[in-house]
Amino acid sequence: MSAVEPVNTAANLLELEDVRVRLGGSAILHGVSFTVAAAGVTALLGRNGVGKTTTAKSVLGLYPATGSIRLDGRELIGLPTHAVARLGIGYVPEDRGVFAGLTVAENLRLAEPREQPKAGYPRVYELFPVLEARAAQPAGTLSGGEQQMLAIGRILLRRNRLLVVDEPTKGLSPKVAAEVARALKEVAETVPVLLIEQNLSVVRTLAGQAVVLDTGRVAHRGATRDLLADPARTNALLGVSTARADPVRADTARADARGGTA
Amino acid sequence: MTTVLLLTATGLGVAALYFLVASGLTLIFGLMDVLNFAHGAFVGLGGYVGWTVADRLPGSPGLVLGLLAGVAAGAATAAVTELAVIRPLYGRPLDQVLATVGLGLAIPALLQAVWGADARTWTLPGWLAGTVGLFGARIPSVRFLLIGLAMALLLGLRLLLGRTRAGLVVRAGVEDREMVTALGIDVRRANLAVFALGGAAAGLGGALFGLYQGSVSPGDGTSLLVYAFVVVVLGGAGSITGTALAAVAVGLVQQYADYASASLGDESVVILLAAVLLLRRRNLRGRPA
Ligand SMILES: Nc1ncnc2c1ncn2[C@@H]1O[C@H](COP(=O)(O)OP(=O)(O)O)[C@@H](O)[C@H]1O
Ligand SMILES: [Mg+2]
Repeated sequence: MSAVEPVNTAANLLELEDVRVRLGGSAILHGVSFTVAAAGVTALLGRNGVGKTTTAKSVLGLYPATGSIRLDGRELIGLPTHAVARLGIGYVPEDRGVFAGLTVAENLRLAEPREQPKAGYPRVYELFPVLEARAAQPAGTLSGGEQQMLAIGRILLRRNRLLVVDEPTKGLSPKVAAEVARALKEVAETVPVLLIEQNLSVVRTLAGQAVVLDTGRVAHRGATRDLLADPARTNALLGVSTARADPVRADTARADARGGTA
Repeated sequence: MTTVLLLTATGLGVAALYFLVASGLTLIFGLMDVLNFAHGAFVGLGGYVGWTVADRLPGSPGLVLGLLAGVAAGAATAAVTELAVIRPLYGRPLDQVLATVGLGLAIPALLQAVWGADARTWTLPGWLAGTVGLFGARIPSVRFLLIGLAMALLLGLRLLLGRTRAGLVVRAGVEDREMVTALGIDVRRANLAVFALGGAAAGLGGALFGLYQGSVSPGDGTSLLVYAFVVVVLGGAGSITGTALAAVAVGLVQQYADYASASLGDESVVILLAAVLLLRRRNLRGRPA
């Protein structure tokens, strides 16, 4: 029993090392390095346009990158996207990637894994009952929140080693954002998540670790709590104040209050 | 009345040809964003291979085998094109289009080198060479064959797209190819299948164009391709039903306008295209075509 090595390698599920991406002739990522822990939520933060989505897409093999991106030590750069997905990286893109012209059921069917295609449904329907209720409806007719639930629920049908979720609460009302965040929190108990998120209250509730990008470079890494406890630093890195409404907590508090009076 | 019937039957017959060519074109464009200028070459090859078989083997067996040979030639050429020309150029759309333009020029030149520049006469079996009386109009029997086969293709494609997993992958890929791959699906297989299927339909279209004209010539594919592109634009990329409706619209408008004034047929198609594009800009902005 060696006390040294397995702990650290096992703790890092995904490792990015000097990842560089050029798009349309200009450099977008200038050597991004960080790791994603094998459990819990790692937040990827930063102002608009710093390269968060680009980082997510290069992990998925959707953008050509140089450097190294390893899942459990296995190099992903150079693999086609479907191969990356089959290694167990589940992707919920920024625009949700829901097939609007397909029904909810068809969106789900597309994601079914080859082995035991139906095995994941009970859990997905338990997490998002609305998906079962609206199975026959074209996904394009769902509300934004429901589409987000479909995008997340769909990927949960697969056996994931890691979820990459890009701004899941963007454009949602505080109540729906809180609902999505709660579902993600539950998901993260079994699958590690790399979460891109602008809503700091969601980040605070979900993410233990945070990586902050600034114009294609990592500007900060560390515990989320430490980062958000330092308003000046948070403001400098993210351009926002930490003193914001907290939909998740507010909603949870309301639920607790209801539970208390019942 | 008989004139209207005849014009309608001719229009629908031409529409059938347009649909056979445009159905593959629209799926390829919808799924892969490849404007396949080589599609006319698949039509031409289907026509000549079909004619070669039918010319050696007269009568109905020759006809059936000729059509099947046209289908096979179109499918095989399209599959090879996807594997050898399109696939190595994934991610380089401009190069893909240029490569298909090159093929679209090279194959008709090859057809001309092998079979000559003059039209080759396609002799129809007796039962197909005549006309059918319909409310007093004498409609050439071939038109019914064209319409029947195009309708069978429409039905088959709709079942394939609507009821099978492969069809589901294609429909999803038409909407968002990247997301399909991100769900662990190798979309290259769908690309190859759609190319081969589109080539098969185009090959059938080429052979049927031979029956329709009673001959095949090297420029057949190119002339059909122009109208097929119009049909794709009108019908909306990736939409099979839209393509079928657009094919009927173009076929009928062209025949009626042609009857009104011999020079108006082709111009009417351009006017139809412009009108639909203008209307769509105004009413359907933001919706995928
Ligand atoms: N396909 C593309 N081609 C060229 N530039 C792009 C492309 N996608 C994103 N960019 C640019 O890359 C930068 C980072 O974008 P993105 O990763 O989407 O930022 P974020 O997700 O952090 O808001 C932006 O300046 C954006 O304009
Ligand atoms: Mg983004």
